Amino acid sequence: MKPVKVYGPGCKRCEATAQMIQEAAERLGVEVAVEKVTDPRQIAMAGVMSTPGIAVDGKLVHAGGLPDKAKLDGWLAA
Amino acid sequence: MTSDVTTPHPARPEWQWHLGVAGFAVAWWLVYHQLVPLSEWLVAQLPVDRHSHTGEALAFFFYDVPKVMMLLTLIVFAMGVVRSFFSPEKTRALLSGKREGLGNVMSAGLGILTPFCSCSAVPLFIGFVSAGVPLGVTFSFLIAAPMVNEVALVLLFGLVGWQVAVTYLAFGLGIAILAGFVIGKLHLEGWLQDWVRDIHSGANAPDLPDGERLTMTDRYGLGIEAVREIFARVWVWIIAGIGMGALIHGYVPEDLMARIMGADAWWSVPAAVVMGIPMYTNAAGVIPIVEALLGKGAALGTVLAFMMSVIALSLPEMIILRQVLTLRLIAVFIGTVASGILAVGFLFNLIF
Repeated sequence: MKPVKVYGPGCKRCEATAQMIQEAAERLGVEVAVEKVTDPRQIAMAGVMSTPGIAVDGKLVHAGGLPDKAKLDGWLAA
Repeated sequence: MTSDVTTPHPARPEWQWHLGVAGFAVAWWLVYHQLVPLSEWLVAQLPVDRHSHTGEALAFFFYDVPKVMMLLTLIVFAMGVVRSFFSPEKTRALLSGKREGLGNVMSAGLGILTPFCSCSAVPLFIGFVSAGVPLGVTFSFLIAAPMVNEVALVLLFGLVGWQVAVTYLAFGLGIAILAGFVIGKLHLEGWLQDWVRDIHSGANAPDLPDGERLTMTDRYGLGIEAVREIFARVWVWIIAGIGMGALIHGYVPEDLMARIMGADAWWSVPAAVVMGIPMYTNAAGVIPIVEALLGKGAALGTVLAFMMSVIALSLPEMIILRQVLTLRLIAVFIGTVASGILAVGFLFNLIF
């Protein structure tokens, strides 16, 4: 199980991002545990300034806007 | 037998993108200049008298909706491309440790250029403050970013006139700079919520790995993405706002607004600001109404004050900021910004 965190206060784009991750993971056959982090304190602690942010395996890989599909595949496959 | 190896679809070469964008700009220009005859033709097809109330309202609607949509497409795309050169992380690096004064000016300017969504106001606020951006400078950013935005400017330019758009830009920036400066001078760092101060003094936020350099094609893509997103969010507001504006345009008697919102009624400015706070719409919804009100004799200062208040002081945003600011600090924030807006309103009613 690859831990993936989506940082965001629960806005539409954060939902969409979480959805994209699930879909990409299924397509790639990678098992992921997606966790949505909505607490502003934790978001800030993770160093995310523009949401949604994505961390894979505890490493922040993206912040701000929907992720690029190809890049997302790259992060999940790595 | 075909090869098993599927080559990835080759990306379009960059020159094709440049060409496409240029072609689009030309087509845009041609259509834009045909909008008046187009709207008149549309109204003529309908079984209403062109000079009746309904006719006036319809002509207003059919001209303004496509005009605003086209202007928005152009400017939002351009801003999307420009903003791809900026990011909250870069802006923070530019602002951290800046002194107040110059810092406030830079911050307000960067507030326009940095991609910002009001849903990330809180993480952005903390990100700035924890990296050593002074509180007042952070506020300048937070005030300018929503207030002076391309949607507001486009709508003012398209519906009211370039003079008002430029004035709005100048005074919006002015309020952001001054209000931030005043908040900075008051030294209210102690009025942040406790946990924000802890982050402030403690943990160092990690930086994102440097993204690979974007190509021009990527930037065009971001521009298109911005257009798609803004339209998805505001098209209802624009149509509702222009519809509302069309009704006022066609039906409200000339002197009614002059009496309620004219320059002679001094109380109209504070009333406009107070009314604007709980109203939460974006620029797209409020500006068509603004245009119609102006056309019916409402004073420019009063209308601008109303508009700035609706956009810059929104209740939902206060509720979001409540997570990081104490009520006292929010009160100061509202007070400072509202005073600035009041000043702008009175000044304009005096001058024009």
